[in-house]
Amino acid sequence: MTEIGLGHYLSLGAIIFFLGVIGIFLNRKNIIVILMSIELILLAVNINLISFSIFSGDILGQIFTMLILTVAAAEAAIGLAIIVVYYRNRGSIRVEDIHGMKG
Amino acid sequence: MINNLHIMFPEIFLSLSIFSILMVGVFIKKSFNLIFNLTSLIIIITISIILANPNNEERIFLDTFIRNPFSNYFKILILLSTFFVLNSSKNFIIDNKLDKFEYPIIILLSILGMFFMVSSNDLILFYLGLELQSLSLYILASIDRDNLRSTESGIKYFVLSALSSGLLLYGCSLLYGFTGSTNFELIADQLNKENTGAVFAMVFILVGLAFKISAVPFHMWTPDVYEGAPTSITSYFAVVPKVTGLALLIKFMFVPFSNILLEWQTIIIFISIASMILGAVAAMIQKNFKRLLAYSSIGHIGYALAGVATGAISGYQSAIVYISIYVIMNIGAFSCLYFLKKDGQYKENISDLSGISKKHPLLAISLLIILFSLAGVPPLGGFFAKFYVFVAVLEKEMYALAIIGLITTVMSAFYYLKIIKTIYFDDSIITFEPTKNRAAQVSVFASCTILITFFLYPSILNNLVNTLFVS
Repeated sequence: MTEIGLGHYLSLGAIIFFLGVIGIFLNRKNIIVILMSIELILLAVNINLISFSIFSGDILGQIFTMLILTVAAAEAAIGLAIIVVYYRNRGSIRVEDIHGMKG
Repeated sequence: MINNLHIMFPEIFLSLSIFSILMVGVFIKKSFNLIFNLTSLIIIITISIILANPNNEERIFLDTFIRNPFSNYFKILILLSTFFVLNSSKNFIIDNKLDKFEYPIIILLSILGMFFMVSSNDLILFYLGLELQSLSLYILASIDRDNLRSTESGIKYFVLSALSSGLLLYGCSLLYGFTGSTNFELIADQLNKENTGAVFAMVFILVGLAFKISAVPFHMWTPDVYEGAPTSITSYFAVVPKVTGLALLIKFMFVPFSNILLEWQTIIIFISIASMILGAVAAMIQKNFKRLLAYSSIGHIGYALAGVATGAISGYQSAIVYISIYVIMNIGAFSCLYFLKKDGQYKENISDLSGISKKHPLLAISLLIILFSLAGVPPLGGFFAKFYVFVAVLEKEMYALAIIGLITTVMSAFYYLKIIKTIYFDDSIITFEPTKNRAAQVSVFASCTILITFFLYPSILNNLVNTLFVS
């Protein structure tokens, strides 16, 4: 059995982070999936911060995490509100349908 | 610590007054006018509080919050530009039925976020300020909620800006991990070239900031958001968040990343060149005036970044002078759009400007001055802004950057001159309704006056900016 160290946590964080980024760029279907990807990115950051905080014995990282959780909730609320407003006008939230402006 | 609270009086006053006018808005029906006037009053009072406080450097809350000439200058620039943007757009807001009482309050909230950003000396405070600003801006972009284009621009802005915040935050987490602190000065002590992880973090933070100031290659949201959002919001987007973003970029270069400047500079030079070229090329084919101003703002950010890229104090100063004059030009340009009213609708296509010099000579001459200044024609303000940047760049012997900058200036002059040709030499097709928009007239007049007379005393602004980096 190998000891689980900081590197493992950071790798997990990096993997989740890139899943989130890739999710935003490859997703061609639904905006809700983009919202989920944004949450994934923020969660990856939280994993990073907490593991750094634990392994360096410094409390600041955990405080930062609490604040990020709060901000993430506010961000999701505003994002969903904008999507609802858009759906009322357009009748669809498919990513392919969002192309009213080009050039 | 409580004895030092006077350091953040402007922020305390701003947040308390936001809560108070929110209450006013909730309890009084049809209170847009009242709230709007109160907002203007709050902005003026906040300016006077900042001016009345001493200007020396002081810190509070375990060095997380810092007040110095640098932050004060940007706070006053933010407040003044908001004041002009808000007041010149009042008629537009009412005509387009955007007169909800939340409108000025959300603008004040975003200003509060920017205040914390420019005063932050800590990653946590910086991130919270950034999010307060961004969350308010998402709402502002989609404030015209029954309009498809406004909500679409809101969605685009939200997705890309949230992504950029995520990237920036990932950079912050790595920076915290590799330096063991969130304080900017402690980070600066820990950073050096051997710290490869921190260099990696720096790239993420730079990407996040470049998104906020819409520098190439992170500019793709700008044209769509500028075109879709209501003009009053677009003028706010084009001016105020850009100022803050540039201030933050300079702050990051000056304090936390001052030891790994070389890596940081290489990226900024690339971003600056790409922005200047794209701003000059892509604007040529635009038909919508707001979209054109979006590309022009991308180009202008490229020039300001050229000053930042020098990594020297003279370069930062030239960038600050540049962004200040950019603010004046953009307030004027957007205020001109509020006069293009016909049958209750505001026109925003370049073809609508065709031949307006015959019927509206004053509007035409103001647009002429502002567009010449945007193009950088001497002796207007825009020329001096570019001149200082290029002098700072040449002092550092970055000849490639200066040459590309000069070439793109000439290229971008093409589309500004094309609009002037449309205004003066094409056939007149539309006569706009006379508008009694006193505030917008004052904004255009003030902007033109400053741009014309800037060459008489350029040292006023220069001396002011010179004092910002002495601490």
